[in-house]
Amino acid sequence: MSLDHRQHLTEPVRSAIQTTVHPVHYAVNVPFDLFGFAAERLASRSALIEENARLRDQQLLNDARLQRLDQLERENIRLQGLLGSAYEVEESVLIAELMRVDLDPYRHLLRVDKGTRSGARTGQAVIDANGIMGQVDSVSRSSAVVRLITDPSHAIPVEVNRNGLRSIAVGGGNLQALDLPHLPNNADVEEGDLLISSGLAGRFPRGYPVAEITEVERRPGEAFARVTARPLAQLDRSREMLLVRTRERQDPDEDLDDDEMEQLDEIQELEDLAREEAR
Amino acid sequence: MALAARQGGGVIFVSIIVAYALTIMPLPDWAQPARPAWAALVLIYWCMAVPHRVGVVFAWLVGLGQDALQATLLGQHALAYALMAYLVLHLHQRIRVYPLPQQAGIVLLLLLLVHVVQAWISGLADRPTPGLAYWLPPLVGTLLWPWVFVVMRGVRRRFSVQ
Repeated sequence: MSLDHRQHLTEPVRSAIQTTVHPVHYAVNVPFDLFGFAAERLASRSALIEENARLRDQQLLNDARLQRLDQLERENIRLQGLLGSAYEVEESVLIAELMRVDLDPYRHLLRVDKGTRSGARTGQAVIDANGIMGQVDSVSRSSAVVRLITDPSHAIPVEVNRNGLRSIAVGGGNLQALDLPHLPNNADVEEGDLLISSGLAGRFPRGYPVAEITEVERRPGEAFARVTARPLAQLDRSREMLLVRTRERQDPDEDLDDDEMEQLDEIQELEDLAREEAR
Repeated sequence: MALAARQGGGVIFVSIIVAYALTIMPLPDWAQPARPAWAALVLIYWCMAVPHRVGVVFAWLVGLGQDALQATLLGQHALAYALMAYLVLHLHQRIRVYPLPQQAGIVLLLLLLVHVVQAWISGLADRPTPGLAYWLPPLVGTLLWPWVFVVMRGVRRRFSVQ
C-alpha cells in the first residue's frame, strides 16, 4: 500500500488488475448506454431538426471565432519565437466518454472509457468545453481514472488572466470550490478574475481556463488572504471530455512514434485543406 | 466426497461479480454515502457457510479487485477483507447457529472493523478525515444482512455449493 501511495511502483500491477475487472465496469455501464441509444433512436424528428439547426448556428459562430484565433495563435507563436521561449502547441486530443460507475464517494474520481489501447496516458490533462477538469490518474487497457481538480489531494498551477499573477489552486473536496491558499493580503486579485492554467509544472497545457474567483477575503491578522474560486468546467455534468497531450515546439519530433507522426501529418493536411477552402 | 467438495466454485465467483456490480452501480447522490459494502457482506456469508472453500487469501484477492474497481489505494480493501475473513473463519461455527438478529450484530462489528481499517489507511495516506456519513454503510449493511443471508442461503442450496 505504501508502495502504491509513495512510489507508484505498483502502476503496472494496478493497471493489470484494473483490466481484469473492466468487464464489471462495462456491464454496469451497459444499461445506461442502451438507454442513451434508445433515447437517440426514439427522439422526435422535429426535435432533431431543431437541434441540427442550433448546432449549425453554433458551428458558424465557432468557425468565425476560430478564424481569428488561428491568426492570433500564429502571431503568438511568431512573437514567442522572437523572444526565444518555448511555446506549447496542442497535440493529440482524445475524446473520452464518462462511464456511469460510482467510485469512492470521498474522492473526486471519474472513470472514462479510453485506456492505453486508445493512447491515454497517466498525467494527461482532461478538459471539457469550458475548462480544465482534471488529469488522468491511472490507466488500464480500456479505461482510465480521472482525478478532478477539486479532489482534496489535487493542486493545479494557475495564473490570473488579467495580470499574470501566479498561484496554485488546491481542491478541497467541494465540486464548486477551489482554494488559493498562498496569496498574500496585498495580492492583486478581485472577484470575477479568470484563472487560467499557467503550465508551470509541465503537466497541464498552458492557457486553458480553470476557474473564476468568487470570493476574496483579506484578513488583516493573517499572512494570507482567503481566496476561493469556482471551477469553470462542468465537473459534475460533462459526459464527454477531451484528454490532451502537449509538446514543446522547440523539439517537435521528440518522443513521438510513427503512429503519432502520421496523425500529426493528417491533422496538418486537414488544416491545409481547410485553409484553402476558406480562401 | 472429493468431487462434492469442489462443487459450486462458479457460483461463488458469480456472487462476487454481482457484489462488485452493486458496489459501482450509479446511485442518486443522497444514497451514495449509504451504499453498503456488498462484497464484504457476500464474503462474510461464504466464509461462514463454506469456510473450507473461502478463506483469507480469497478475501484478500476480492479486496484487491475492489481496490482496482473503486480506484482506492491498492491493498486498502484487501487488508481489511483479509482481516475480516480471518475473524469469520475463527468464529464461523458460533455465528452459524446464532439467530439472525444476533448474526446481524456480529456482522455490524465486522463491517465496522473493515471501515475502521480503511479510515486508518486513509488517514495514513494524508486523506482528509471523512464526516459522520462515513459510518453509515456498516449500519445499512447490518440492516440488509438478514435479507442477504436468506438470499445467499437460497442460492447455496439451489446450486448445492459445498
